[in-house]
Amino acid sequence: MQLEQPLATAPLVAMRGLCKRYADRSVVDSLDLVVQEGECFGLLGPNGAGKTTTLRMLLGLTPPDSGTIQVLGEPIPERARVAREQIGVVPQFDSLDPDFTVRENLVTYASYFGLRGPHIEQRIAELIAFAHLEGRENVAIPELSGGMKRRLTLARALINHPRLVVLDEPTTGLDPQARHHIWQRLRELRDAGTTLILTTHYMEEAERLCDRLAILDAGRIVASGTPRALIAEHIEPHVLELTGAGADTWGADAAPDAGVRIHRVGDLTLLYTAKPRALLERLDASDQRYLHRPANLEDVFLKLTGHDLRD
Amino acid sequence: MSSPLTPSPSTRSFAVWRRNFRVWRKILLPSALGNFGEPLLYLMAFGYGFGQLVGDLGQLPYMAFLASGIICSSTLFTASFEAMYSAYTRMAGQQTWGAMLNAPLTVDDIVLGEILWAATKGLMNATAILIVAALLGLVADLRALLALPVLALAGFTFAACAMVVTARSRSYDFFLYYFTLVLTPMLLTGGVFFPREQFPELLQDLAYLLPLAHVVDLVRPLLTGGSLHVPLLHLLVIVAYGAAGLLVATAAVRRRLVR
Repeated sequence: MQLEQPLATAPLVAMRGLCKRYADRSVVDSLDLVVQEGECFGLLGPNGAGKTTTLRMLLGLTPPDSGTIQVLGEPIPERARVAREQIGVVPQFDSLDPDFTVRENLVTYASYFGLRGPHIEQRIAELIAFAHLEGRENVAIPELSGGMKRRLTLARALINHPRLVVLDEPTTGLDPQARHHIWQRLRELRDAGTTLILTTHYMEEAERLCDRLAILDAGRIVASGTPRALIAEHIEPHVLELTGAGADTWGADAAPDAGVRIHRVGDLTLLYTAKPRALLERLDASDQRYLHRPANLEDVFLKLTGHDLRD
Repeated sequence: MSSPLTPSPSTRSFAVWRRNFRVWRKILLPSALGNFGEPLLYLMAFGYGFGQLVGDLGQLPYMAFLASGIICSSTLFTASFEAMYSAYTRMAGQQTWGAMLNAPLTVDDIVLGEILWAATKGLMNATAILIVAALLGLVADLRALLALPVLALAGFTFAACAMVVTARSRSYDFFLYYFTLVLTPMLLTGGVFFPREQFPELLQDLAYLLPLAHVVDLVRPLLTGGSLHVPLLHLLVIVAYGAAGLLVATAAVRRRLVR
């Protein structure tokens, strides 16, 4: 599904026909991606789908084998340094400087942008508040919790007031409180007009945050659009999850019912339908264990990328 | 990123240098202790212990000969260690370079900044030794101050060569090859501990294939009041090694990190 794009302004990010191979393995294959200013754009995909490579190409850290990249009006990788002046990056793995305290990390990172002086002191104070690290300015990095490190990494990425923030799995490994805090901060950024591009394995995160997203598999975009449109396009609105004894036989005689699609994963049977009433009555009359829920992005993801393990 | 062959760093290299300087400042005291203490111990132990056996070398007391050698070898090891173990930690272990590359820095900036920093550490160490040597009366005259810019350049060269090894390294163990195959032979044939003339002529000539012998031939006369022999040629060799090191190291780190 194609979303209407305003044609008046040039897109903030435009990647066309991107290909990247390592040895004889194709990591990114004829990828086209356009992100408009102010959007929150999500890249979903199983491990090894090419998400991180796509972000690295966007930042000019991986030269594509073919295709063109424009970010903030600059050709990448040729003028990546100039583009990165206006980009903030939250990498997948912690790269905070363990030789420095919280505050020193921000001062040092600012110096990489050529930012110094009283003006930047003000910004650092703002960011320490933004990351909820007041009172911890002089704490060494190894003493911070995982959530604090992640918050500081996000704050560090904002030191240069970026127009675009790129986040590679920003909430992986965080507890629910820390995750909600990061989401809150990302919504604030989005509402302030900052463009966000993020990768995630959490469908819930993508559904909540992203205006638009693309599902990547084996280096190709297999679907893109708004979360709601993707669900409507690919999945029936009602899902019944059957587990336990009898789940595997339910499928066989339920199939003739009008408009029921069946999917089996291990000991789980999934029934997808637009009209669940008859099915629900039959299930309630039996002692089959089941869960009735609305279709979500995870259903789309698994339908398009399959249930097989990727690594 | 930029042209494929020649390094094209920017003034942002200085941000890399400053980052390392800030960390060093935090451990100023133990650093300074090492800078002053270690050469002092070496001079005392070798100079008095060994010097008694050796006596004077021509006009030169062995202590003075040794001091002017150790200032060179110490610069070699300080700069090499920084560009290997410390730089490797920042590149592979703690992702300091990764964070820099997400900011508007390039591989070229980082490689040059790290080499300049390692050279600075070499120079700081050399300065400490010069002070110790002067206090012990092992320095002839003020010409000795001219040894410092030479040693700064030497530090750059040694760091640039070590950075090539760092760029190709998969673990800390890899550095042992460089120590055994390059640094130790260079140290032993460079004329640091005893005059190169003790070797057969072929070995004396071979020693000049590596930069340390040239550094020693420049620094020793400056410290001990001797006369310089073909100084421009020595400088040229040191510069050539430094330039080649920077070129190859930059290309190697690009290949490793930008792919």
